[in-house]
Amino acid sequence: MALKGNLRDFSITQLLNLINLARKTGTLVIEGQTSKVWISFREGRLAYAQDGQQDNSLAAILFQANKISSAQHRVIKQRAATMSDKELGLLLINASYITQQDILGSLQTYFLGVVNNLFTWGEGLFRFENNLLPPDDKITIRLPLENIIIEGSRRMQELEQLQDEIPSLDMALRFAERPGTNIRNVNLSAQEWKVVSYINPKNTIRQIARVNKMNDLEIRRVVYGLLQAGLVEIIRPSWTPSPAVQIPVKIPPVKPNREEQKSLINRLIDRIRKL
Amino acid sequence: MQTVKMVVTGPFNAGKTEFIRSVSEIDVVSTERKITAEAERIKDTTTVAMDFGRITVDQDLVLYLFGTPGQKRFDFMWEILSEGMLGFIVMVDSSRPETFREARGILETFRAYAPTPYVVAANKQDKDDAWDLEDMRIALRLDPKVKLLECIATDKENVKTVLLELLFSILAEMDTAE
Ligand SMILES: Nc1nc2c(ncn2[C@@H]2O[C@H](COP(=O)(O)OP(=O)(O)O)[C@@H](O)[C@H]2O)c(=O)[nH]1
Ligand SMILES: [Mg+2]
Repeated sequence: MALKGNLRDFSITQLLNLINLARKTGTLVIEGQTSKVWISFREGRLAYAQDGQQDNSLAAILFQANKISSAQHRVIKQRAATMSDKELGLLLINASYITQQDILGSLQTYFLGVVNNLFTWGEGLFRFENNLLPPDDKITIRLPLENIIIEGSRRMQELEQLQDEIPSLDMALRFAERPGTNIRNVNLSAQEWKVVSYINPKNTIRQIARVNKMNDLEIRRVVYGLLQAGLVEIIRPSWTPSPAVQIPVKIPPVKPNREEQKSLINRLIDRIRKL
Repeated sequence: MQTVKMVVTGPFNAGKTEFIRSVSEIDVVSTERKITAEAERIKDTTTVAMDFGRITVDQDLVLYLFGTPGQKRFDFMWEILSEGMLGFIVMVDSSRPETFREARGILETFRAYAPTPYVVAANKQDKDDAWDLEDMRIALRLDPKVKLLECIATDKENVKTVLLELLFSILAEMDTAE
C-alpha cells in the first residue's frame, strides 16, 4: 500500500533505509520546490537516478566527469543524437575512447550526486512506485545503499532530529542482532570506528563521547548514522541503576509468586475475552 | 483488592484515548494539567495529558489502562506508571509517517526504563493511506521478535485483540523466566 509522504516528516535517510532493508525494486519519485527527481532501485540497491532539471544523457555525464572533451561532446551530440545511452556506450568502448569502468564510474558519481543532493532538501513529496524501472536503453548500476545512507546521514546535522532519535546519552549501544549485516562491509569514518570500538553494554554513549573527545552533536551524529544503517541499537547500560530504580518504586500491594501471577494474567485474559 | 496497570503510550493523536475508550467500563478520564519541573528549577511548565480507563476483572482485581504521551520529561510520571505495570502498548498512527521517529524514541525510552513486555499497535489501519505492517516494522526498526499488530482503536474487538496479545506476551515472558 501507500509508501508516500513528505521528506519534511520522513527523511531521505529513513526512506533509503527502508528501501534497503525491504530490498525494494522500483522508483522513488520526489517532487521538490524547484525540481523533480527519480531514483530507481533494484532489490534494494541504487540502480539509477535522474534530476529533471539536468541533462542526464550519457554524453553529458561523461563530459561532466572529464571522460570526454567538449569537442567530443559536441560531435556526439550532433552525430549521435538519436543513439541510446547503451548504444553510445558500446560505441565509445569499441572505439577505445573510454573503458566500461569509466562509464560506470561516471554514472555512479552522477547518480550519487543526485541522491546526495536530496539530503539537503527540507521537504518534498515522495512516492514509491513499485516495480517501475528506468527505460531499457538507460545504463544502470548496482550500488549498495549502506554507505550512501551513512554518508547522507552525516549531512543531516539538525541536532533536534538527533535528539528525537537519541533522547538520552546515558544509554548504551550494542550491535544489532540482524543477520546479514556485516560491519566489515560498511565504510566507516575514523570517528565512527572510534565509537564502534567502544560499543559495549557497559559504556554509555556519553562515556564513549568523552573518551573520544566528541561533543554532544558529534556523538549523536555518529550514533544516528550507525542506527540508521541498522548496525547498532540503543539499550539501557548494564551496570547503572535505571532512573526507575533510583525513584523509589513501591512494590505492588500483593507480590504473588509466579503461579499466582500467571493465574492473575489468565483472569485478565478471560475477562477481556468476554468484554 | 489488587490493581494492575497497562500503559498505552505513543505520539500525540496516535489514538491512545480512543483505544482506552473502546474497552473502558468508565468514561475515560482525560487530564490535561500543568506540572512544574521543580526538580530542575525550570520555570516553565510541562503539560501532562493522561487518560485513565478501567476494567474490573472481579471483586479482587482491577485493571487500569493509562494513556500517556511518551514525553521527554518522562521521569515525572514514572513513579505513577511503573507501580504494578504489567506491560505497555506503543500506539502509532500508521497513516502519519512523520510521527514514526517520535514513536521510536518513545519506545526506546519505555523499553529502557521498563523491563516489561510490550507490543506495538499500528493504529488507524482502516485509513487509506495507512502504511503496511512490514514497511512500518522496518521504519520503526522493530526486532522480528517484537509484536507489531494491526489496530483500529475505534473497533472494540480489535482493541481486545491487542490487549490479549500483550497478555499472551506477558505469560510467555513468565514461562521463559522460569
Ligand atoms: N480512522 C481512525 N481514526 C482513529 C483511530 N483511532 C483514533 N482515531 C482518531 O484519531 C484522533 C486522535 O485520537 P486520540 O485517541 O485522541 O489520540 P491520542 O492523542 O493519542 O489520545 C481522533 O480523532 C480519533 O477519533 C482509528 O483506528 N481509525
Ligand atoms: Mg489523548
